[in-house]
Amino acid sequence: MLKIENLQAGIEGKQILKGINLDIKPGEVHAIMGPNGSGKSTLASVLAGRENYEVTGGSVTFDGKDLLELAPEERAGEGLFLAFQYPVEIPGLSTTNFIKTAVNEVRKYRGQEALDAVGFLKYMKEKMAMMNMDQSLLSRPLNEGFSGGEKKRNEIFQMAMLEPKLSILDETDSGLDIDAIRIVSNGVNKLRGKNNSVLVITHYQRLLDYIVPDFVHVLYKGRIVKSGTKELALELEERGYDFIKNEVNVGEEA
Amino acid sequence: MEIYPHQLLFNKDTQWNLDGGSVVGVADIERYRLPGHEKANELVFVNGRFDLNLSKFISPGLQVLALENASEHSELIEKHFGHSAEYLKDGMHALNTALMQGGAFVYVPAGVELAHPVYVYHVTDARAHDALALPRSLVFVGKNAQLQWVENFVTLGSGSSLTNQVTEVVVDTDARFYHYKLQQDSKEASLVSSTHIRQIGKSFAYAVTISLDGHIVRNNTHMVMEAEYCESHMYGIYLLQGKTHVDNHTIVDNVKPNCYSNELYKGVIGDEATGVFNGKIFVRQDAQKTNAYQSNKNILLSEGASMNTKPQLEIFADDVKCSHGCTIGRLDEEGLFYLQSRGIPEKQAKSLLLHGFTSDILEKIQLDPIREYAEESIHRRLEML
Ligand SMILES: Nc1ncnc2c1ncn2[C@@H]1O[C@H](COP(=O)(O)OP(=O)(O)OP(=O)(O)O)[C@@H](O)[C@H]1O
Ligand SMILES: [Mg+2]
Repeated sequence: MLKIENLQAGIEGKQILKGINLDIKPGEVHAIMGPNGSGKSTLASVLAGRENYEVTGGSVTFDGKDLLELAPEERAGEGLFLAFQYPVEIPGLSTTNFIKTAVNEVRKYRGQEALDAVGFLKYMKEKMAMMNMDQSLLSRPLNEGFSGGEKKRNEIFQMAMLEPKLSILDETDSGLDIDAIRIVSNGVNKLRGKNNSVLVITHYQRLLDYIVPDFVHVLYKGRIVKSGTKELALELEERGYDFIKNEVNVGEEA
Repeated sequence: MEIYPHQLLFNKDTQWNLDGGSVVGVADIERYRLPGHEKANELVFVNGRFDLNLSKFISPGLQVLALENASEHSELIEKHFGHSAEYLKDGMHALNTALMQGGAFVYVPAGVELAHPVYVYHVTDARAHDALALPRSLVFVGKNAQLQWVENFVTLGSGSSLTNQVTEVVVDTDARFYHYKLQQDSKEASLVSSTHIRQIGKSFAYAVTISLDGHIVRNNTHMVMEAEYCESHMYGIYLLQGKTHVDNHTIVDNVKPNCYSNELYKGVIGDEATGVFNGKIFVRQDAQKTNAYQSNKNILLSEGASMNTKPQLEIFADDVKCSHGCTIGRLDEEGLFYLQSRGIPEKQAKSLLLHGFTSDILEKIQLDPIREYAEESIHRRLEML
C-alpha cells in the first residue's frame, strides 16, 4: 500500500529525514516511536504533502501511484489521512460545514456522488455514534477553543468520515484522557480491515495495548534505526531510548 | 500611502459636472434596489439632491424633509448641522458644506421605533458626463426612538465620478441607531463618505461598513459620545482587488464617563489594491471609566497589495480600560494545508479560510436581508479570488 524508499527531506536547507525506508502492506498497523525531534512529524507532513518541506531524494508510492507528485487534496482523495499532532484552529469556519465540504470533495475525487443535506446528516450521525462524538463540538468553529483532547477526538472523527485507506495518527493519544484513548482506539480498530492500514506515531506503549501494531519502528535522527514487533515497544518503555542511541552513535563513530 | 481625493478634483483631464441637467428615473435605479426594499423606506439622492419622487416612506412617524424646508426644526438644525466640521477640517468636508444643495433632514420623533429600515441610495449619474455629487443629510433620532439606516452607493454609467457625502446623525437619550454602509460601486467611482454620529444622551449607536469595490473610497466614521453610559460599535470589512483603494478613518470620542465602545475592522487585500485604517480613540479628561476596544486585522493576498494601519489612542483620563491592536499577515498556511489535507482543493480552501475570517463581521449585520445580501456579495467576491 505505502512504500517509502530512501526518503530524504528537509526544511530551509536543514536535512531532517535522512533516508527512510518503510513498507506498509494492506491491513497492517505500523507504529513509529522515537525521541523528540527525531523527525516523526516531518515524515507525516511530507507524506501528507506539506509544501514547506522539501523532498531532496527517494520515492514514495501509494497504491502504485507516485505520492510525491500529488497535491495534498489529491492524496486525501487517494485515501491518505493524517491526524495532526497539532490540529489547526480555523476561526469562523463551522466544523460541520468543513467536514461536509471535505466529505463531498473526497467523494467527488473518488467518482462518487455528493451527499445531499439529508444524506450527509444521516452519515454523520452514524459516525458520531461510532466515535461517541458530541454534537456541540460540531456546531462550533473548527477546533477554535477546543481542549487538547477535543481536538484529537475531532481528528479521529474526521478520519472516520473520510474513510481513508491509510491513516497516519501523529501522537493522537497525547492529550486524551483514559476513556478517550479507549474510544479513539476502538474507532481506529473498527476502521482497520484487510485493506485499511494504520501508521501510529506515539511516545507511549499504552496506546499500542489498544491499537496492536504488527511492526514497531524507532526513528532517530531522521532514520529508522530499529524495527521489530510489538515487544520492541515494551522494551523501549522499560529501557528508554538510550540503548538505541548508544548503538547508533557507536555505529556512527566506527 | 495616502491618496487625497481632492487631488482628483483638480485633475485637468476630468470635467466635473455638478447636476448638469441629468434625469434619473425609476427604471435607472430599479436594479440597484436592495433586498427587503418592499418593507423599507427608501430615500434616494440623485447627484447629491434628495429626490422626493424616487423616494418612498412607509413608516408612520418618520419625517423626511428637504433641509431648506425643515424650518419647523430650525432649532435642531442650527444646533447640530455642521458639527462634523469640528472633526473634519479638510477640503472635502468644506466642499460639501459650501456647495451642497438639496440635502435632507430626517427626523424620528421621540418614542418612535421604526419597524422598517430606511434604505438610502446615493445615485450619481456619470452617463453623459463625469460627475460630482455632494449629498448631505442630518438625521435626528429622538428619545427612545430607533432607526436602522442602510446606505448604498451607485454610480450610473462609465464616466468618472466623485461622491462626497456627509451624514450627521444625532442620537438622543435611550435611542438606538443602526447604520449599515455598502460600497461596491464602479471602478471609476470615487467616494468620500463621512458619517458623524453624535450621541447626546445615554444611547446606543452601531455602524457596519462593507467595502468591496470602487476607485478610491474614503470613509470617515465618527462616534462622539457626549453623554454618560453611551455604547457604540463600529465594524468594517474591506475586500479589495484590482487597484481599488479603501481608507477607513474612524474616531471614537469619549467625552463623558462610563462609555463603552468596540471597534473591529478586517481587510482582505489582493492584486494591487491598497487599504488604510486610521483609528483614533480619544478619552477626554472627564471620561473616567471608559471602556474602549479597537482592533484591525488584515490579510494580504498578493505581493502588490498593501495596507497601512495606524491605531491611535489619546487618553487624558486616568481610570480607563483601552486596548488596541492590529495585524497584517498572509493567509494562514497551516490552515490552508489542514483543509487541503482533508481533500479540499486549494482554491476552495482559501475561500473557506477567508469566509471564516470575515464571518464575525458579517454576523454583526442585524438586518437579515442586508446581511444575506452582504454574504452573497462577499461569497461572489471570494469565489473570484
Ligand atoms: N518548520 C521548521 N523549521 C525549522 N526546523 C524544523 C521545522 N519543522 C521541524 N523542524 C525540526 O526538525 C526536527 C524534527 O521535527 P519533528 O517535528 O519531525 O520531530 P518529532 O519526531 O515529531 O518530535 P516530537 O516527538 O517532539 O513531536 C526538529 O529538530 C525540529 O526542530
Ligand atoms: Mg511530532
